[in-house]
Amino acid sequence: MSLRNARRNTINNVMLTLCGLCAFLTVSTLFLILGYLVYNGGKSVNWAFFTRLPLPPGQDGGGLANAIAGSAMIVGMAAAIGLPVGFLAGVYLAEFGGKTISFWIRYTADLLNGIPSIVIGILAWGLIVVSMHRFSAIAGSIALSLMLIPITARSTEHFLLEVPRAMREGALALGATRWRTLATVIVPAARKGIMTGMILGVARISGETAPLLFTALNNQFWSNGPMDQTASLPVMIYTLALSPYDDWHRQAWAAGLVLLGLVLLATITARMIVSRGASLPR
Amino acid sequence: MAVNQPQPTSLSMTSESTAAAQTATPKMRASNVNFYYGKFHALHDVNLEFATNKVTALIGPSGCGKSTFLRNLNRINETLRDTRLEGEIALDGENILDMDVTEIRRRIGMVFQRPNPFPKSIFENITYGPKINGRLKGQSAADLVEKSLRRAALWEEVKDKLHESAYALSGGQQQRLCIARALAVDPEVLLLDEPCSALDPIATAKIEDLLVTIKDQCTIVIVTHNMQQAARVADTTGFFLLGKLIEHNKTDVIFKNPSKKETEDYITGRFG
Repeated sequence: MSLRNARRNTINNVMLTLCGLCAFLTVSTLFLILGYLVYNGGKSVNWAFFTRLPLPPGQDGGGLANAIAGSAMIVGMAAAIGLPVGFLAGVYLAEFGGKTISFWIRYTADLLNGIPSIVIGILAWGLIVVSMHRFSAIAGSIALSLMLIPITARSTEHFLLEVPRAMREGALALGATRWRTLATVIVPAARKGIMTGMILGVARISGETAPLLFTALNNQFWSNGPMDQTASLPVMIYTLALSPYDDWHRQAWAAGLVLLGLVLLATITARMIVSRGASLPR
Repeated sequence: MAVNQPQPTSLSMTSESTAAAQTATPKMRASNVNFYYGKFHALHDVNLEFATNKVTALIGPSGCGKSTFLRNLNRINETLRDTRLEGEIALDGENILDMDVTEIRRRIGMVFQRPNPFPKSIFENITYGPKINGRLKGQSAADLVEKSLRRAALWEEVKDKLHESAYALSGGQQQRLCIARALAVDPEVLLLDEPCSALDPIATAKIEDLLVTIKDQCTIVIVTHNMQQAARVADTTGFFLLGKLIEHNKTDVIFKNPSKKETEDYITGRFG
């Protein structure tokens, strides 16, 4: 009797220890990456990094201002396209779709989520870059927005469905139309979760490299607007890391650190928004 | 509506119109109502009238269809998937199934079993209905809010915190807020679906008292599983069982001298 107990307890302890170890491994990976980036790139992150253009190899004091601005422009345009479309698609899925239509839209969105980012890049290249005969930031933005739309749609749908049915019926029973109910009661009630989903989606696409490789390409100087090829942080990291110059390697580490910092900032902000009190009754 | 004998099924308006009879058209009339949840036949041939400015209670055991029937009166069941309503429901003689649904729901208000205030301030909860129905123009919002809260017997308790969240109120206060919110659009009929079942006896008493005071401004239909409540507030009572309306009559007739055996079994506690 006690031998069986001892065996069960041993298995219990071994498995729990294993779980703990894996959890620790997961967490420590983040700190490992962060530490490595800080160690290698911390020195190069200075004011010049944020304000100056890249200089030829061998010259000190260059920066990646064009890549930071370029990323901001590309991701900004992608968000302007992808967030509204994804949001309204999520609203449709949560509120209006019939059983079959909703099923197929959800299924398609999930498939779209799973398409490799480089395939989306090739698609944007073939459709936009080739027909425009130029590389451009807008092509990159469209590619990124194709990734942002399904993420936003599914997370919007999820948070809208969490709003209790009773609240919907309360608004409808006062004579509100379905759209009015959505706009004035349901979406405001779900806004924290929806905003969080959007922030996390934008954070994710800001680090995507493959779609930008042959759409926005790269640029050693300031880009001339959305129709011009544009530098971005992920592509810069790729270019700089593959180069034979130490200066540029240091810049790549710094760029990696800055990019990771931005993504972490977005994620932490999203978490803070959600945890700042519940907006729905429990 | 003055009936001298207990009638077997529903009160028929073709029965004698004595000098003591009330208004000729009942405020609402349901005729041959059948309702289906998918394939399940939830309501069978219900015929029921609601007299103007009276309180009608619908009683019956759980699952008997009284809430289902109530929810058809303002067509809120249409928001559920795969439901079907057959028959006619008339408001002032007009079939509500032919009318614009948002107009219906403005004229026929509903209070639900669990309080469901919006995640907004008390003030915004009350002005929501009038705002979306375009009735806030030419009327001071503050006056409307005070009037509605007074009708719901809640004004004194919240007048100093109108701009705080509705969720800061207790359960009984939230339910009275929902009643005030429903009254703010000036409905002709007020439907209440077991409004006190989630509340303590004191809150329940407050709500029962206010129902009696507002019935001269609107017709009230209340679903309740509490027979004492029906006896306290209702002028007439209808007894539902397994989706059928078994009996409908003046409240004290139902409780003291029911004509159907099922009614008698229910009110004496033999089942349900």
